Amino acid sequence: MMPKLNASNAVAALMCAALILLPVYSAATGNIFILTLFTRITIYALAAASLNLIMGYGGMMSFGHAAYLGIGGYAVGILAAEGIGSGFIQWPVALVVSALFALLIGALSLRTRGVYFIMITLAFAQMAYYVASALSRYGGDDGLTVYKRSDFAGLINLSDRNQFYYLCLACLFGGLYLIWRIVNSRFGLVVQGVRSNEQRMQAIGFHANRYRLVCFVISGTICGLAGALLANNTDFVSPAVMYWTRSGDLMVMVILGGMGSLFGPVVGAIVYLLLEELLSQFTEFSGLILGPVLLLIVLFARGGIMGLLGRMRRG
Amino acid sequence: MADSLAEPLLRVDSLVRRYGGITATDNLSMEVIPGELHAIIGPNGAGKTTLISQLTGQVMPNSGTIYFAGRDVTSLPSYTRSRLGLARSFQITSLLKDFSAIDNVALAAQAHDGHSFRFWGNARKERHLRDTARAALERVGLGQRADIVVSQLSHGEQRELELAVALATKPQLLLLDEPMAGLGVTESARMVALLKELRKEVTIVLVEHDMEAVFALADRITVLVYGRVIACDVPDAIRKHEEVKRAYLGEQHAVTRHD
Repeated sequence: MMPKLNASNAVAALMCAALILLPVYSAATGNIFILTLFTRITIYALAAASLNLIMGYGGMMSFGHAAYLGIGGYAVGILAAEGIGSGFIQWPVALVVSALFALLIGALSLRTRGVYFIMITLAFAQMAYYVASALSRYGGDDGLTVYKRSDFAGLINLSDRNQFYYLCLACLFGGLYLIWRIVNSRFGLVVQGVRSNEQRMQAIGFHANRYRLVCFVISGTICGLAGALLANNTDFVSPAVMYWTRSGDLMVMVILGGMGSLFGPVVGAIVYLLLEELLSQFTEFSGLILGPVLLLIVLFARGGIMGLLGRMRRG
Repeated sequence: MADSLAEPLLRVDSLVRRYGGITATDNLSMEVIPGELHAIIGPNGAGKTTLISQLTGQVMPNSGTIYFAGRDVTSLPSYTRSRLGLARSFQITSLLKDFSAIDNVALAAQAHDGHSFRFWGNARKERHLRDTARAALERVGLGQRADIVVSQLSHGEQRELELAVALATKPQLLLLDEPMAGLGVTESARMVALLKELRKEVTIVLVEHDMEAVFALADRITVLVYGRVIACDVPDAIRKHEEVKRAYLGEQHAVTRHD
């Protein structure tokens, strides 16, 4: 299918172009802050995109997705603290541990539906949070400083602002491309079919939960990658990154941008984090404004910002 | 048609399903012979849908056995039974509402074409899945409506799509739960004509309230009352059956309309 020319696709294309050109703007204007801000945004956009895979396409409302941010981050942090600085080891470990954690949570929580599913995923993430808080060897509550960013044998220097930004952006685009392929594949159609009508999918011969579980693991793994990036970005990882409010932030980004839309989570992450940043300059209570904005979106624009844009063409 | 020597395709043996104090399926036994169109009728609450749901595995019986194609399938989940060749349509239309008609059918074809742990290729571009789906849509007269999203289809078209989805799984046995429900006169007539065609290719169990359709189509009819079989015979015999007439008291005209 050729992408149709409509408002949402135009916005997605412009957004990608702007993200690619951002370091040029930053260098030209000497505005370093915007580059650091957008590095963080691309990382959260990747995490939100991974959540969108299960939430938007798979209909699985995971309220514990920030756990993978922490797991990916701690994999990098702990290995670094133990003297293993190579990204070629740290990152695969981050992905594998995230995948295993997702497999465990998924195998147990996918027996339930609806509110119970939300609660179980939340409970597991909180457990991860408390386990991390108890890791006194690795900073416990205070978190763990990552003194040296992942080393990729000179291929790429993560301490270089621009190189790191482009790495994050490449991971985001790569993640989105992967999700796009998955969503249109046989596997993706089955997962979306199960979201739409599970009983029907069983009746025509699909073992629904098996597909759900694999989707859940893929999503957790991608989010683990975002976690590894995040630890490198902040040179620090702490239990706070897994706290349930972080999972809530990711959910808000997905809903704000548009569930089940490929670029929705990216738009959501940009708008949410920019608003948060802007509002924090004026008030401590940014939630007072973010809250109503979210409320309006949920009430009047079910498909989020991308959904609104998609409707614009039809008038 | 009712060749009693043939090995039954489906055999139900002493099936029981209780809901609290209500016995929805009460020690029910029946057989479906290959090639026949076997109708199941009965007043409201006779347990017809409960029976179909047990046959396809959505509901598990408390006791009893279900044999399909010579195999005990009683404890198999519905997706496994579907793979063995047992397909159903739902009484209340149960489709993927936000998918197009052809996507609905192609997914059914996909379910019976190996596993679906394929993450990369575009499934909507897989020629043989699309061709199978298109053929099934043509079959039920929806060839022109392939790309319409299900929620935009009329009720009658959705009923036909239900049938196309079931057909795309290439079933040995097709269980149809009130395919005529909610259809207008012309739509019903189309559905009857369609079922007349289909019965030449596949064994069908038909649950239906429309007696005209049942008596026009069925080779044999099983009558359920309160979860029990009170009669199982050819249409002419059922029409004259005293107990059936009594069970349908008040609905009697429906059974005897063709006399």
